Amino acid sequence: MSTNTQVSNELPLPAAKPRIKKKNPYIDIWYRLLKNKLAVVSLGVLVLLVLTALLADVIAPYPANEQNLTNILQAPNALHWLGTDAYGRDILSRIIYGSRISLQVGFVAVTFSVTLGGIIGAIAGFYGGSTDNILMRFMDILLAIPGILLAIAIVNVLGPGLVNVMIAVGIASLPTYARIVRASVLSIRDQEFVEASRAIGESNFSIIRRNVLPNCLAPIIVQATLGVAWAILSAAGLSFIGLGLQPPTPEWGAMLSEGRQYIYEAYWVTTFPGIAIALVVLALNIFGDGLRDAMDPRLKQ
Amino acid sequence: MFRFVMKRLLMLIPVLIGVSLIVFTLMQLTPGDPAQIMLGPQASQEDIENMREQMGLNEPIYVQYFKFLFGIVTLDFGRSIQDGQAVITKIFEHLPATLKLTFAAMVVAIAIGVPVGIISATRQYSFFDHTSTIGALVGFSMPNYWLSLMLIIIFAVNLNWLPVSGYGGMVFLILPAIALGTQTAAVIMRMTRSSMLEVLRSDYIRTARAKGLTERAVIYVHALKNALIPIITVVGLQVGVLLEGAILTEAVFSWPGIGRFMVDAIRAKDFPVVQGSVLFIAFLFVMVNLLVDVLYAYIDPRIKAQYK
Repeated sequence: MSTNTQVSNELPLPAAKPRIKKKNPYIDIWYRLLKNKLAVVSLGVLVLLVLTALLADVIAPYPANEQNLTNILQAPNALHWLGTDAYGRDILSRIIYGSRISLQVGFVAVTFSVTLGGIIGAIAGFYGGSTDNILMRFMDILLAIPGILLAIAIVNVLGPGLVNVMIAVGIASLPTYARIVRASVLSIRDQEFVEASRAIGESNFSIIRRNVLPNCLAPIIVQATLGVAWAILSAAGLSFIGLGLQPPTPEWGAMLSEGRQYIYEAYWVTTFPGIAIALVVLALNIFGDGLRDAMDPRLKQ
Repeated sequence: MFRFVMKRLLMLIPVLIGVSLIVFTLMQLTPGDPAQIMLGPQASQEDIENMREQMGLNEPIYVQYFKFLFGIVTLDFGRSIQDGQAVITKIFEHLPATLKLTFAAMVVAIAIGVPVGIISATRQYSFFDHTSTIGALVGFSMPNYWLSLMLIIIFAVNLNWLPVSGYGGMVFLILPAIALGTQTAAVIMRMTRSSMLEVLRSDYIRTARAKGLTERAVIYVHALKNALIPIITVVGLQVGVLLEGAILTEAVFSWPGIGRFMVDAIRAKDFPVVQGSVLFIAFLFVMVNLLVDVLYAYIDPRIKAQYK
C-alpha cells in the first residue's frame, strides 16, 4: 500500500466528456467509486447495516433479551427465521440488535485511534528530530506486539465492557494511523505551499490543520474503512474468548461463544451471528479496496 | 549480510525492552493481588502480607521491574500462581503445539493460495478467476474462530470424519490448520495473482513465448520464478499473522498451544503466566518478522546492497 498517496487535481479524469469545473477532487473520487460494481454493492450492504442498527426497535420481531423457556433451541422456522438459542431468545432479533454494538465498536474504536494516532503522527512528522524519534519508537514497540494480543492484554487490565473493548481495540491499531499520517506529513512538509503559509505567519497548528491534514486524508479514509473491519473482528474475538462484552448482551462474538456448547444439536446458534460478522467485514473490505482504487487510480494495474 | 543481520538484531534490543516495559506496566495495572490469588479467599491478612513480602511485591516498583527484566534475560519468567511450576518450562511445553499448528496452516495456505493464484492470473477474467477472487475476499473476511466452528459442525459433528477437538496425530491437525490457514490462503492467492499478472505482461515473457517455449514452461519456469519475490514476502509476513490467529483458533479446538495457555491464565488471573506468555508471543512475533526481513534480503540482492 502506498503511504504517500495524494489527492490532486492532476489525476486523469475517468469520464469521456471533460467536466470544466472540477474544484473538488472528492467528486471525481465519488464518480470513480460508482463505476466499481462490487464497491457499490458493499456500500449498499453497509448502508443497510446502519439502517438496521438505527431501526432495530422497529425491525426486530422480538426484544433482544426476551426469554421463552418453552421454546429453546428451535431450528429456523416461520416464527423464528433464524431459530432460537438456549434461552429461547430469537436469534434474528439478537443479530439485529447486535449490529448496534458492532457498529459502535467499529466506529468509535477507529475514530479514537485515527484521532490519537493522527495527532501523534502529525506531531512526529511535522516537528521531526527527537520528538519524531521518541514517538515513533514508541509506536514501533506497540507494533511489535500482535494486535489481538495487545487488545487482550489491555482489556484484561480494564475489565470487560463496551467502552473498554473500544479502547483496547483502538490502542492496538494506533501505530498504523500514526505511521500513515507521519509519512504523509513528511512528504508534504517541505513543499512550497507549506513554506508559503509559514511565510505569511500562519501558526504551526493552523498549518497542520489547514494544509497538512487535508492532504493525507485519502490514505487515512481507506485505512480507517479497513480498520473498522479489523475492529469489529477483534472485538467479536475478544467477546468470543470471554474477555469482551458479557452475556446477555447481544454481541455477535459473545453469541458465537454461547452457541459453542450447542454445536451438536443447534448449528444455527453459532452459524448466523458468524455470517453477520463475515458479511459486514466483507463489505467493509471490498468497499475499502474500492475506495483505494478510486482515490488513487494509479494503484490499479 | 552478517552486518545486516547484526544491525537488525541490535535494533531489536530497545524494542524488546519497550515491550517488556509495556507488559510489566499492564500487569501492574491489572486489578487483583497475586498474593491473595495464590493463597485463596480464606487467607488471613497476615499470611497475605507475608506472601507479598516473599514474592517481592512490597519492593519499589522500579526494583520489581528490573528484577523482572533480569529474569527475562536469564530466561526466568517466574512461577505460575496455579501450580508453582516455572513459567518458562510451561511455555516450552506449549510451544511445539503452536508451531505445529502455524506450520500446518501455512502449508494449507500455500498449497491453496499459490496454485489458485497462478491459474487465476493465466486465465484473467475467466469464470475461474472471478470465482476465486470472490472466494479470496470471503475467505479473508471470515473470522477464523467462526470458520473453526463451522468446520467442526460440518466435518466433525455431521459427517463424523474428523475429531471435534483435541491433540495428537494428523487427524486432529486437519481442521485447525484449515481454519487458521484460510485467511492466509486468501492473501497469498491475491498476491500470487497480481504478481503473476504483472510478470506475464513483461517483455521477457513475450520473448520466451516468441522463441516457441511451451505455455507450461513459460508460466512455471520463466514467469513464476520472477513472480516469487512478492509472494515469498507475503508468506513471511503471514507467519506473524498466523501466530496471532492461533490464539483464537487454539481456544476453539482445545489445542494445547501457547495461545490457549495464555487465555486460560487470564481467566485464572495467573499473572506470571500471562506476563510470560504475552512477552514470549511478542518475542516470537518480532523474531519471525526479523527472520523474514533477513530471508528477503537474501533473496533480493537490491536490499542486501543497501547494507554493504
